[in-house]
Parts: sequence; C-alpha cells; structure tokens
Amino acid sequence: MEFWNQELETLESQKLRQLQFERLKKTILRVYQKVPHYRAKFQEAKVKPSDIKHLEDINKLPFTTKEDLYVDYPFGLVTLPVEKLIRLHTSSGTTGKPKAIFFSKKDINNSADIIARCLVMTGAQRGDILQNSMTYGLFTGAFVMHYGAEKVGILVIPAGPGNTERQITLMKDFGTTVLHITPSYALYVASVILDKGIDPRKDLKLKRAYLGAEPYSEETRKKIENMLGIEIYNCYGLTEMNGPGVGFECKYKAGLHIWEDNFLMEVINPESGEPVKDGEIGELVLTTLNREAMPLIRYRTRDLTRIIPEPCKCGRTHRRISRILGRSDDMFIVKGVNIFPQQIEQVLMSIKGVAQNYQIILESYDEMTVKVEIDKELFDGKIERLIKMKEEIIDKIRSATMVKPKVELLEPGTLPISEGKAKRVIDNRTI
Amino acid sequence: MKIKQLSIFLENKRGRLYEALSALAKEGINIRALSIADTSEFGILRLIVTEPEKAKEILEKNEFTVKIANVIAMAVADKPGGLAEALKYLYDANINIEYIYAFVEKSGEKAVVVLRTENLDKTISLLQQKDIKLLSWDDVLAL
Ligand SMILES: [Zn+2]
Repeated sequence: MEFWNQELETLESQKLRQLQFERLKKTILRVYQKVPHYRAKFQEAKVKPSDIKHLEDINKLPFTTKEDLYVDYPFGLVTLPVEKLIRLHTSSGTTGKPKAIFFSKKDINNSADIIARCLVMTGAQRGDILQNSMTYGLFTGAFVMHYGAEKVGILVIPAGPGNTERQITLMKDFGTTVLHITPSYALYVASVILDKGIDPRKDLKLKRAYLGAEPYSEETRKKIENMLGIEIYNCYGLTEMNGPGVGFECKYKAGLHIWEDNFLMEVINPESGEPVKDGEIGELVLTTLNREAMPLIRYRTRDLTRIIPEPCKCGRTHRRISRILGRSDDMFIVKGVNIFPQQIEQVLMSIKGVAQNYQIILESYDEMTVKVEIDKELFDGKIERLIKMKEEIIDKIRSATMVKPKVELLEPGTLPISEGKAKRVIDNRTI
Repeated sequence: MKIKQLSIFLENKRGRLYEALSALAKEGINIRALSIADTSEFGILRLIVTEPEKAKEILEKNEFTVKIANVIAMAVADKPGGLAEALKYLYDANINIEYIYAFVEKSGEKAVVVLRTENLDKTISLLQQKDIKLLSWDDVLAL
C-alpha cells in the first residue's frame, strides 16, 4: 500500500487549490460568526468574510499570534459548546499560562487520519509494531500518533518516554519495527543499545523511526540512522495545529509534505508580514482548513522554513517545506536587509575547512561580522588556502543575504560551545 | 632529507604568538627556525624545533591548531648570490616554491634556509645533483 488516501494525496493542484478555497471560506465564516475575538479582529482589519474571493485574498485577514490564544482564556476561540468537545491539549507557553487547544470528536478523528497518511507514506503498514516513546499527557505528540497508527492497523506499544532499559526490552521482546521518539532521546537510546553490545541490525527488528518535537540537524539524523541501521523520517507539528503530522517526510526524505487540504500554508517575512518568494526562507504561517472546535486563521508559528515548490517524486501534490531552520525571532536587519542566522549557517555548512560553530557580531546597522572557527582536522598549514576559503565565505554569504560580511577565521574552540540553542547573534547596537 | 616543520594557525590577537613560543620554551623545546606568514586577521607560524612531535602535543594541549609538514633545509654559501644560485636551478626545472625562510644558526660558513616546494622529492634529487648540501635531521639537531 503506497497511499492511505490516494485520491486526496495526489489531487491535481488546481483541484487542491479549489478544495482549499472552499474550506477556507467555511472556516472564515465559522470564526466570524462564532468567535467574538475573531469578529473584532476582522472588523479592526476592515475585512468581512465576503471579501475573500480568491485563495490569495487570505493576506487581507489578520494574523493569529500566541497572544490571541490568551484572549478570553481558555474557551475564547472555541466555536462549539463544551458538550461537543472531547479533548484538551496544551502547549507550554512562555508567559506562564499554557496555550489550550480543544478538539471535537471529528477533529480527533481527522488528525488520526492525517497521521495514517504519514505512516503509510513512509512504508509502515499492518503488521508493523510501533513503539510510541513520546509523552502521553497534556502534550499532543503521543496521542495523535497512537490513534493514527491504530487506524492503519499497526500494533501500538504505548511506551512513553524514559526508562531506557525497559524501552530496549520492549524492542527486543515484541520486535518493535517503528519508533516515534524525540531526536535527543533517540540518540541516547541508540548509544545505550550499542553500549550493551546489542547489534541493532541483527538483534532488533527496527526499520524506521519518526523524529520530531524538537529541532535536529541532518547530521544527527544520519548519525542515528547509522547507529541503528534504520530510516529516519522528519516530522513536524505543533499542538496549536493538532500536533504531529502537519508536515511529514515521504520515503524520499527530501522535505516535509504539508497536508494542504487540511492546512493552508504561507511563508512570510516576519518583519513585514508580506509573503516571501517561493523557495525563500521565512516564517511559516498556517490556517486550519478542516478543524471545527478551534479553527485558527493565519497562525504565526514563529518557525522558519521555506517552501519547496518542485513536485515530489512520490507523486503527492501537497507541497513540501524544508526542515525547520530555526525561530523567526532570530531574524536581524543589516543595511535594511532581513537576515536569518540560518542563511549564514547554510553557507558555512557548504564550505570545507570551517567548523560548524559560528557567531554573528553586529556593531552597526550597515555591517556584520561573521566569526567562524577553522576545522582542526582539515587545517593543512597553507595560508593561501585559508585566504581562499575566507573569500569563498564572503562571496557565498553575500549572494545568500545581499550583504557583504566581514569574516574572521578563528582558532578552533574559541567560540562558546553550542548547547542546544547557542547564542549565534551578538547584537551590540545600541539604538 | 626531508625535515619536519610545524605549521600553527594564529589569530592575530595580542599575545597569541608569545603564548605559543613560551609554551614551547617552558618544556625545553628549542626553536631552530621561525617564520610568520600573515594577513591582517590571521597568520601561520612556521617552526623548526628540536622535538616536533612533542612540540605538537604541547601546542595542542594549549589549544593551538597544528599541522606537521615536510620541508627541506638547504645550506647555501653565506655570500651575495649564494641563495639565488640554488633557486635558479628550481626555476629552470619549473618547480614552484611555496615558501622559504632562514635558520637562526649557520652551518659552518653556510647559511641554512628552509624550503617548501610543490614537489619535494623532485626538488631533493635536483639539488643533490647540483651538489647543494641538504641537511639531514641529525644535521639540524647539531646546529
Ligand atoms: Zn514525497
């Protein structure tokens, strides 16, 4: 089985846009009629549901931010009476109160259906055994995956996270073939497996894993894949949008398909709110197209990505995004140009001879200095090579960002070591 | 006839050269030849020392980035034109020089220069044919 819902997953682009538009209109009307806060926001933006005549008109609508989720807390954005709600999930907020998202029976069923598409898309099927090592709790991660897997007919082991000994015993005893797990925990479990002298290729039946809920690099993916001898698929989701399954990789592992019949995606310049050109990095903005309890219009995810406009080899017409590149709050401006540290990072990753660690120093509004460490292993003692490498870095950053940087090559170990979220941008500008 | 040279990456920040040299001095490593190639922001310190492997270890312990490379040490007459004569052989044979610098000590009446070319083996056999004295590692230690 290659598709869970072949008709919808391969729906011709034109028809997909038409479906999106119909669902968008319905969603807008629903929130306008049932959510006083949305009605007030629309009125403030001087827009009525009837003004939305094409899909592109979505940019007339106001954004929904995290702050909106706290207005009339906790039921403020809900369109159904409590007796129609069957589930609450929350996502930790930065301001103390959690963000509360409510689901109707139909919403839960629908999010499970989306996950079923994702699982089948990666080759999982009836007969597979999925060890769900995400947290079952207020967080959506584990539940949605659980229901989606059951829907496909996959045997689910609701392991939850932690207790690594038991995780490994479960894998051995029951022949787990699929893991759903966070990247950092996956790395840990894999190293414990190897430390115990278990050969995952012989002693275990693992075939694939779904890693999400926290950012991780392509290098980390490859590393865990090699350690365990499995395929790892990147998954993206957020509680505000049902949890995992908003975006998922197919077997080509070249970006995450966004289920566009369920989510309308935009990628915008976080500063201006205007759409960026297809393929450029910006903030992902999502509108739910198929949610009844708590639809969200143009929700600012703060996640940076870019749309991959080219069609995918798997035949699905739903467009892909790149892995999440960072947070939109990281953006800074030099010479009037918006720059993301991730653009610099991508350039540095493409150059041989520099280490992964870097820092961007801003002393004025028309100059940026990029500090990079040279790679100890690749240092060959030749100054000409270093000079050439430095010029290459300058050229490539200039073509990626339109700003010519100053580049300083540093000794390895000079910059602070990155632990999770390293401080990449040092902004010393005072005004 | 190849001898070992240390190449050390240096940020041009104050004191880094001093730190490298004093780390070696503290451990009793003698420096026989030294040169710095630099740009405005970084440079490479090149050293011929009495115990290259140990020196590399010491420097790395002090968080320097170090590479050991092979070079040639050649003795030329300490008089005008002495070096030029040797270099002309290389020029005629189309061998490019990557860098060249001098030893602190002389070898008898002769000056000693460190030479790195794009093809060391070819350079060695050419210079030996022309009767130019190349120093062995023992010769270097005896300086
Ligand atoms: Zn695909």
